[in-house]
Amino acid sequence: MTKDYLIERNGKKYEVIIGLEVHAQVLSESKLFSSSPTKFGSEPNTQVSLVDAAFPGMLPVINEFCIKQAIKTGIGLNAKINNKSIFDRKNYFYADLPQGYQISQYKDPIVGEGSVVLDLSSGTKTVGIERLHLEQDAGKSIHDIDPKNTLVDLNRSGVALMEIVSKPDLRSPEEVNVYIKKLRSIMRYLGTCDGNMQEGSLRADVNVSVRKQGEDKYGTRCEIKNVNSIKFMQMAIEHEANRQVDILEEGGKIEQETRLFDTKKNETRSMRSKEDAHDYRYFPDPDLLPLEFTNDYIENIKKEIPELPDQKKSRFIEKFKLSHYEANILVSDLDTSKYFEDVIQNSDVKLSSNWITGELFALLNERNLEITESPISSKNLSKLINLIKDGTISGKIAKSVFEIMADGDQNPIDIVKEKDLKQQSDPRELEKLIDKVINENQDKVKEYKSGKEKLFSFFVGQSMKVSGGKANPRLVNEILKNKLK
Amino acid sequence: MSNIIDLSLAELVSNIKNKKISSFETTTAFVDRSKKSKKLNSYNEDTFEIALEKAKQFDSNPDFNKKLPGIPMAVKDLFCTKNIKTTASSKILNNFIPTYESTVTDNLWNDGAILLGKLNCDEFAMGSSNETSYFGNVISPIDKDLVPGGSSGGSASALAAKLTPATIGTDTGGSIRQPASFTGTVGLKPTYGSCSRYGIVAFASSLDQAGPMTKNVEDAALLLEVMSSFDNKDSTSVDFKRPFYSKDLSKNIKGKKIGIPKEYRVDGMSQEIEKLWDDGKKYLKDCGAEIIDVSLPHTKFALPTYYIVAPAEASSNLARYDGVKYGFRTDGDNLIDMYEKTRSAGFGDEVKRRIMIGTYVLSSGYYDAYYLKAQKVRRLIKNDFNNVFQKVDAILTPSTPSSAFKIGDKSNDPVSMYLNDIFTVPVNLAGLPGISIPAGLDKKGYPLGLQIIGKSFDEQNILNIAYSMEDKINFKFNVKEWWMND
Repeated sequence: MTKDYLIERNGKKYEVIIGLEVHAQVLSESKLFSSSPTKFGSEPNTQVSLVDAAFPGMLPVINEFCIKQAIKTGIGLNAKINNKSIFDRKNYFYADLPQGYQISQYKDPIVGEGSVVLDLSSGTKTVGIERLHLEQDAGKSIHDIDPKNTLVDLNRSGVALMEIVSKPDLRSPEEVNVYIKKLRSIMRYLGTCDGNMQEGSLRADVNVSVRKQGEDKYGTRCEIKNVNSIKFMQMAIEHEANRQVDILEEGGKIEQETRLFDTKKNETRSMRSKEDAHDYRYFPDPDLLPLEFTNDYIENIKKEIPELPDQKKSRFIEKFKLSHYEANILVSDLDTSKYFEDVIQNSDVKLSSNWITGELFALLNERNLEITESPISSKNLSKLINLIKDGTISGKIAKSVFEIMADGDQNPIDIVKEKDLKQQSDPRELEKLIDKVINENQDKVKEYKSGKEKLFSFFVGQSMKVSGGKANPRLVNEILKNKLK
Repeated sequence: MSNIIDLSLAELVSNIKNKKISSFETTTAFVDRSKKSKKLNSYNEDTFEIALEKAKQFDSNPDFNKKLPGIPMAVKDLFCTKNIKTTASSKILNNFIPTYESTVTDNLWNDGAILLGKLNCDEFAMGSSNETSYFGNVISPIDKDLVPGGSSGGSASALAAKLTPATIGTDTGGSIRQPASFTGTVGLKPTYGSCSRYGIVAFASSLDQAGPMTKNVEDAALLLEVMSSFDNKDSTSVDFKRPFYSKDLSKNIKGKKIGIPKEYRVDGMSQEIEKLWDDGKKYLKDCGAEIIDVSLPHTKFALPTYYIVAPAEASSNLARYDGVKYGFRTDGDNLIDMYEKTRSAGFGDEVKRRIMIGTYVLSSGYYDAYYLKAQKVRRLIKNDFNNVFQKVDAILTPSTPSSAFKIGDKSNDPVSMYLNDIFTVPVNLAGLPGISIPAGLDKKGYPLGLQIIGKSFDEQNILNIAYSMEDKINFKFNVKEWWMND
């Protein structure tokens, strides 16, 4: 059980209340209202249509694929899908907002209330989802290339985003970490968002408030805008919660405001107060009809929903008798779970789980690779595990084979053959070998027989050494026990 | 044969198809006359040389299957035309050359028409007199002091002055029908969703609709047939089976029920308009139609509703003109300063007025009282029409409460200007088709129009009614060519 995350000041304990507005880029070849491509990292202003650049007389046309992606995500969040939703215009001026408004959904979002289950070390926790709505991304203003001018890149302008708003159910930076990872995992399973935070596919506005432990009423919240990594979210929350507690302890009042997190100084600072808040003048976009679909439409999309992390986890626990902990690790990433399921098609489940979460993860970690970039294919890992399972090689030898595989994904069977690493399991051969060890160490045999039983491991070690590590340790043990009786 | 410029669109088409005249002769006639008519200020930009070249090309390889074979035509400067400057009569777009073509104009060119030039209009189509144009007011060929109406004032003026055989406009609250009425021409606003809005500089998206402006009803039917198409680039475009309006045009309206809405008998309406309306009823009866008194109880709320909805949408639609991407820019010390200077200098007074009204009615705290309420009233106005159309096939009203007024008469009195659209605005709010046809002259000798309003997508019906009435009215009006120079 983890300790509650509380901030202590002058003997008082404060609880931290966190709600997130996650902006997840819809995985789609083209934009929400135009057919421009969405490829990340393209030359500036090469993925821009007349619609994206808001030329006179240009009109948005809904990309049905993005709608389906949002519905899928809603289903993945156990949420209500609204048969009718409306696109609104959110009006504000900015150089990278060509239309002078963002097309978003205000009062009638495509997805309503839902929930996400978090696996915490203290058990599971359900976090409420308030809504999910679709909106356009803006372009990018670049201030640091030209000393006098701001440059604008509209490649991102019009890219579809899903804004996923949680209820204020999160209570610690750690819960935020688990929540974001869970959302990302669900969306990756669904193929609706790649969750790539470095590329900005997943960012969040973080709402933070504090209250004395035991109080029911929420405190005044501050919104920290556009934080683009889990680490920064955690740092920002930590800083912001402490800032608020300090104010309250000094007898002050929290002002509702929008703040920015300065990653270099590790602090949040005011961006605009409630009084300066934009009046976005939302109204239904008259260029777009309300978005309406039938229950059949939703049902058909449901049929395309793959097994999601929670279901997969239950199956792994039930079918493969994996522990809760192992299952969680293996399902958290879709590619990992795929890799695992590939390996166990022909191999022992328990060994596979151990090797993947142990040796393989360590290797990937060390080389900073994704499992999809693993130097060892699932097929070869499966072969290695079978060599262990059928006693061809020992676990220890397997580790050295694994190391060789890591540098070229060779077939472990070939490595074993080539390097002559096959485990020595012929009892007669082993007996010869062990006899030799016993003969050469008569003094130790005497000591052992006179009661120094600790020496047993010396004989095992010597036998293994003489065999070049290839002797079957189980057989060596058995034979030695007999011989030294 | 009469002069080329006196022929109707349909007559020109038939003469060209019968090889009695060439596209080049036709184009030359309108180009020459347009060149002599600079005083009217109806063109923002001409493409005479290109047009003559294209006419030659047409003649050398004619395709007489086209509906508008080699027909020259000037269009309102609100339609984006590829590689031809498109300004919406605003300073803020005074250097804007689109790389694309609006769907409606594309339909014209695909059916053989040739662009003569871009016609003046009120800035961003906001106005009822064509006095808000950055390029100066347009003069009606009827009288040198007279406005042609607006916002499609350049279109109406050019058509009435025979500078183009037919033209197209856009109508958000009456911008086709009112200038048609003022200039003794025919103007049709189709059902919302009939003509694509793609490539038309937007004023109020839920109201804007392109339509034909012509010398007679037959021409309107022909031009609508070419303009109207389903377009998947406009989400509000409606996919319905479009009739062949000109082929199906008929004078048989026997037994049609025509509603006369009592609410359109507004206070202070002149005797002349009353009489015009009564005459209209008589003609309809003569054609065998039945006149039925009907009520559209929410009519009086139409104008205030319109002046909330249209500016609200406009305030947002015009946000893109910010000096960043295209069009006019005044440099500033920073982004906000640049916006303010650009938009202050780039927009005219009427446009600014409507942006401010629109911004106001959408602001937090006022949204419910204005915009939301206006949407509800709009629904009631639609319902009024739906109810009436249970009983009648069409509705007859005057097009405007008066004939054309003098330049400058109303330019300092926006409300009196807005009142000009009192009979046309409800039709836009309800998304219905409406046609204005010339029906008589007032005592000053200025034209007056009658409006026929139809059910959604029932353009054929109102065209047929207008066609029948046109015959009975037998409107004859010849403008004196006072403006011509050699």
